[in-house]
Amino acid sequence: MNWEFIVKYLPLYQKAAVLTLKIGIAGIILSFLIGLFCVAVQNYRIPILRQIVVVYIEISRNTPLLIQLFFIYYGLPKIGIRTDPEACGIAGLAFLGGSYMAEAFRSGIEAIDLIQFESAYSLGLTRRQTLMYVVLPQAVSISMPALVANVIFLLKETSVFSAVSLMDLMFTAKDLIGLYYQTTECLFLLVVFYLLILLPVSLAGRLLERRLRYAGFGT
Amino acid sequence: MPDLGLEVLFKGKNFARLLEGLGVALRISLISVVISIVAGIGVGMLMTWKNPISRAITRCYLEIVRIMPQMVLLFIVFFGTTRVFGWNLSGEISAVIVFSFWGTAEMGDLVRGALISIPQHQYESAYALGLTGIQTYQYVVLPQTVRRLIPLSINLITRMIKTTSLILMIGVVEVLKVAQQIIEANRMSSPNAAFGLYLTVFLLYFLACWPFSLLARYLEKRWR
Repeated sequence: MNWEFIVKYLPLYQKAAVLTLKIGIAGIILSFLIGLFCVAVQNYRIPILRQIVVVYIEISRNTPLLIQLFFIYYGLPKIGIRTDPEACGIAGLAFLGGSYMAEAFRSGIEAIDLIQFESAYSLGLTRRQTLMYVVLPQAVSISMPALVANVIFLLKETSVFSAVSLMDLMFTAKDLIGLYYQTTECLFLLVVFYLLILLPVSLAGRLLERRLRYAGFGT
Repeated sequence: MPDLGLEVLFKGKNFARLLEGLGVALRISLISVVISIVAGIGVGMLMTWKNPISRAITRCYLEIVRIMPQMVLLFIVFFGTTRVFGWNLSGEISAVIVFSFWGTAEMGDLVRGALISIPQHQYESAYALGLTGIQTYQYVVLPQTVRRLIPLSINLITRMIKTTSLILMIGVVEVLKVAQQIIEANRMSSPNAAFGLYLTVFLLYFLACWPFSLLARYLEKRWR
């Protein structure tokens, strides 16, 4: 192991990690919003939008992110839609993540029995109150494990961004291997940085899951 | 109507070549899935053991797979181990190694989940009826576990197929690489080929995964 090399190229990796995180977080937030939107559309049975959402979820769940990115980055410019790598990465991640988030939310809402609504109404709660105090707290609790898994999954998926020439961790590692042939050191740094990003997320997620495990448990 | 570059598809053997590329990806995922399912059942049973050592090892294994992107694992096997140990791995073999390593952990977790989801009273009732340990497994536990597992393992197949798109990065000629080659070859005659070809690849992947997703959902509903 050549430590001098590692120290020398550490800043490059740091920059790449920041970029990876930035795009990852932006993409995850967007996919949350898309997921919420899809669930709302499905729940309120808005006519045409509902069919669109169904098609979107099927397409997004059954194609790999790499292909989606290639299509957005290399295919779409041919019909006049041009994106820079960062926007493309965020768009791709949001496109992929939206459907996963939607499914997670849906499973949470579906898990709540009809009797919960009926009880809330018979207690005199309004629709909004029922949603705020009865349904949402339980839905969040039930879908939390799936949401945490999705966040980790999406952060992991950022590793394919190098394909659209985004200077992320993977790209940096590949570049340095090509330039200096210090394969072991480059891969070591790569693993360390991914651990630094994902291990805290994984641990925090597990903690969150444990704290929010109140819905339907102990019954 | 802008030129969408779809005519390149029907030039020469281009479409057949794309399908061949998809075949490579499907073959790799199929081999990996078979290995993962067989090994995953073993690992899943290990995970339910009370032994602290086996528990710690499987826990670590699962955590590594959960955290490391498959792409990083591919790079480690394809570039890292070949460099450190001095052997020679083809891209396809490394892909099978990585996907099996990843799939085994995923499958193991599914098997574990299915095994512990069988309530204790099922075992107790079986014993009370006078079934032996093997009979309990054969007639009571396994039929229920398999029912829960089959939809989940079909889902694993679709995820495996989707992940094989990454092998482009370690130089395996699969469907995306073939698409790139065709686009490069036709750069002059049809500059818009990128749109049509990447759209086709997109649809090909969708058509490869969608039936599996539908089947998994159908079985899940039916066997609930």
